[in-house]
Parts: sequence; structure tokens; C-alpha cells
Amino acid sequence: MPSIETVAEPLVSLRDLHLSFASNPVLKGIDLDVHRGQAVSIIGPSGSGKSTILRCITGLLQPQRGTLRVGTTEVHKLAQEAQRIELRKRVGFVFQQYNLFPHLSVLENLVIAPRKVLGRSRIEAEKEARALLAKVRMEHKADAYPGQLSGGQQQRVAIARALAMRPELILFDEVTSALDPETVGEVLTVIRELTEEGMTCVLVTHEMRFAEEISDIVYFTENGVIVEHGSAAQIFQHPTSERTQEFLRHALGDPGRRPAIANDPYLLTNLGRYSLSV
Amino acid sequence: MAIESSVTAPVAWPRRHLGKLLLFTCAALWLLWFAPHSPVLKALVQWSPALAVGFGQNILISLVAISLGSVLGLLVGALALSPLRLLRLPARIWVQVFRNAPWLVLIYFTTYVFPFEIHIGSAYVSFPDWLKVTIGLALPASANFAEIFRGAIGSIPSTQWEAARSLAFTRGQIFRSIILPQCFKRMLPPWMNLYAVITMGTALASLVGVHDVIDTAQIASNTVNMTSFTVVIYLSLMMLFFAYCYPISLITQRLERRYAFY
Repeated sequence: MPSIETVAEPLVSLRDLHLSFASNPVLKGIDLDVHRGQAVSIIGPSGSGKSTILRCITGLLQPQRGTLRVGTTEVHKLAQEAQRIELRKRVGFVFQQYNLFPHLSVLENLVIAPRKVLGRSRIEAEKEARALLAKVRMEHKADAYPGQLSGGQQQRVAIARALAMRPELILFDEVTSALDPETVGEVLTVIRELTEEGMTCVLVTHEMRFAEEISDIVYFTENGVIVEHGSAAQIFQHPTSERTQEFLRHALGDPGRRPAIANDPYLLTNLGRYSLSV
Repeated sequence: MAIESSVTAPVAWPRRHLGKLLLFTCAALWLLWFAPHSPVLKALVQWSPALAVGFGQNILISLVAISLGSVLGLLVGALALSPLRLLRLPARIWVQVFRNAPWLVLIYFTTYVFPFEIHIGSAYVSFPDWLKVTIGLALPASANFAEIFRGAIGSIPSTQWEAARSLAFTRGQIFRSIILPQCFKRMLPPWMNLYAVITMGTALASLVGVHDVIDTAQIASNTVNMTSFTVVIYLSLMMLFFAYCYPISLITQRLERRYAFY
């Protein structure tokens, strides 16, 4: 008897996805599967096409070759904006730079899309927005404007804004990269709770410890191809690819100290060698 | 301590504007002393109601011109932002032609191009000169406003579009709910500036025979026929325009502060 895992169709499936900007190939044949309820992390060096994969999934970018399916939607075949809008109603997206609407209050930021796009009533949308703000521990800032919030607070509001559309799937695009180390924690806590509730999440992240802790599946990309994928334990504890091993060695622990330059004239302790006349 | 507090405490109103107050009282005293005896000031007082009516005409022209210009400019600006080249091209031509033409030429153009009356069916509707001048000013205003509008839209970061698209907004919805409201604040200062410039441009109306404040001043100076009166009346026109345009810039600043959300 086959296990549940093999029977269930993946919610998102990418096959041999190719995309290039002008003559610059960014994705060179990506295969990726996300099952319902899974948390999938995509790790890898900058410029390896991680964010581009997410933008393809939500239809912000159109791949040139390959197939991309979200649920029953064949995303690579979508030709009209109206069809992509239908897709985006089901897929949430959280950006690195939060991208909240600065002219709207926190509550309005959460209410506007459900009201205008999904046609919900104001009362219903506001009620749900307040519940979501409580969930990300931002209910006390409902009437503040994004400009008055810290980065971590803005990012939590952005997550709540994506959740307000009741998506089947949320994509997180390096959501903690613009935050200082102290506020990273508060955002990661929110994401961790989401994954524990069974929300399907795809994360592009540079937080290796976090990815290891919450992910079911981890993909390692480099130069537009998937180098290796597997369970979090497998990738982080026993990576098979040499490139993955090297990347993780740099990303985790080993800070990669540069050897000191001998007689560096700019090093303060070497200044004594120069006679200073004031 | 005492020194600190005297530095930080806001200076009382009369002390802050000491120079202006002094100047104002001197001017008032001078006027009070000379006004009853001076024939120049007597004539000015005599002509001031006519000047006020003339200035009313200027304000009317400027208000109608900026309204017309803004509505037209909004349309032209929206066309200029269209993804279709066929729609962008006429908008670009409109903007370039009317932004680079001297206003006086446009005013002469509209004055002679339009008939003095239009007949709709059997009724004749007169088309007064001041309305032609207004249209002549509305044309460059629309071209300038289109550029202000296009610039404001362009200054909204593309990430706002991306964020709104990811929330399944349509292009029209993004424009109306996300981009336009953010543009208002950015457009306000250049728009008010444009209005001030248009107001000063209304002085050209006298050249095509509109009875505005300049025209009235000319008639007055010809009638009174005193060099000093001519100097005084044009000086008072300067003050009149300043008194009208300066508060506009003050209001702009206040509005800007009020709508500052980031």
C-alpha cells in the first residue's frame, strides 16, 4: 500500500523551469515539489535564482520553458492577467522590504485587499484583520501607519496582510534579510507558528538554523539549478554535494576569517611604526 | 539654566516679527500722514474698487484655468502612462507642444481661433474673451500638470505595484487604491506652484482686451496722467499679486505637513 506522501499530488510542482532576463539565464531547469502542509526552504548563495522561483510561482514572472502547476492551475500556460489574479488570490507573498502601503493604516493595509479583491464586507474584513493582528502580536498598532513601525513590526504586518487573503500557500522572500538580529526572532516566531498550524510555506532564507528547524524539505540552489534537495536533517547533517557542504560550512558556524595582512598600514596597532607629527 | 530656557523657549509673536511689524507701522504712519494731502493716493483710493473688480476677473480666470488644466492634464498624463504606444504618442506631443510654447502666443492663438459666439441649434451662445484666455492658459497648465502627474506616478516605487499585484489587485485597482492616493501628497507642492504661476500669467489677459486688473491699471494711469500715480498703481498691483500668491505657498506647506504619512 502506497504511503500518503506518494498518493497526494503536490500542491506546487515545477518541472524543468527555465527563465532568463534578456540574455542572462537565471533559472536553468528547476524541479521542485511542495506538498500541502509542508514547509519548504530554498537556500543558496545570492543570485542563484531563489527569489525568481517564488516570483514565478505567484505569476509575477513568466517562465520561458518548463511547467509550473499550483493546485490545478497550469501557471506556465496563463496568458491573461485575469487568470493570474485568480492564482494570486490563493498564493500569499511576503517581501524582503515589507512593501506595506504607506498611506494606509495597519488595519487598512489588511482590510483593503479582502474588500476590493474578494469583495468581503468591511465589518467582516476588519474583524478578521484584528484577529490576524492579534496572531502576529500587532493588535496594539492597528491604527498606526507603517512609517511609525520598526522593521520587524512592519514585516509581521506584511505577513498578516498576506494571511488576510486566506491563501492556500504563502511564499516568504528573504523576509528577515532587512531586519536587525534582534527583530529577526519576532518574525521567525510568527512563521514558525504558521508552519506548526499546517500552513503550506515556501521560504527563501539565509537563516540556516531556522530553515533546519522548521523545514520539512530543503532545496539548495546555485546558478539557477537545484544542486541538492532532501529533508532538513539530510541536507544540514549529511549533505552529499560538495558545494552544499562548502556553502553550509560558511553559512553555519565557521565565520570564514580572513588571514591578517602582514604589516597592514591601516591597522591601528601598526600605526606605532609611523612617526606622527601633529 | 536661565540662558538655556531663554534660548529654547519660542519667542513671542511680536518679538519674532519685530522687523516686519516695524516696517508695517512705518508704512501705516506714512500713509496716514500723507494720504489726505497726496493727490496720488487720493486717486488710488478712488480707483481701488475698479482695481478690485479687475483682480476678481484675474482670479476667476486663474481658477477656471487651473481646474480645466488639471482635468485635462490628468487625462493627458494618464494617456502618457498607457502601455500602448499609440495612446502615449499624442500625449507626448501635447505635452511637448504646449509646454514649449510661449503663453502669450497660446493666448493670441485661442483668442483668434475660437469664434466670438457659438450657435447651438437656433440659440447663440457668446464666447467671451476671458474664457478664450482661460483656455489659452489651461493648455500650458494641462501640459505642465500632465508632467507633474506622470512624475508623481513614476516616483512611487515599483515595489508598491509588485506588492499590490501579489495581493491579486487588478491594474485599475492598484492605480486607484494604492498609487493615486500616494501621489496626491507628491503632486501638491508642484501643483500649487503651477497655480501661482498661472495666476501671474493671467496678467497677459489684458493684451487681448480682457478687462482685468492690468487693463484697469492702464486705464487709470492714462486717466490720472501722473507719473507718480503710474508708479504707485503698478506697485500696488505687485503687492496685490503677492498678497494672493504668498498665502497659497503657506497653505501648501501646511497641507504637506498634514498629509505627511512617512
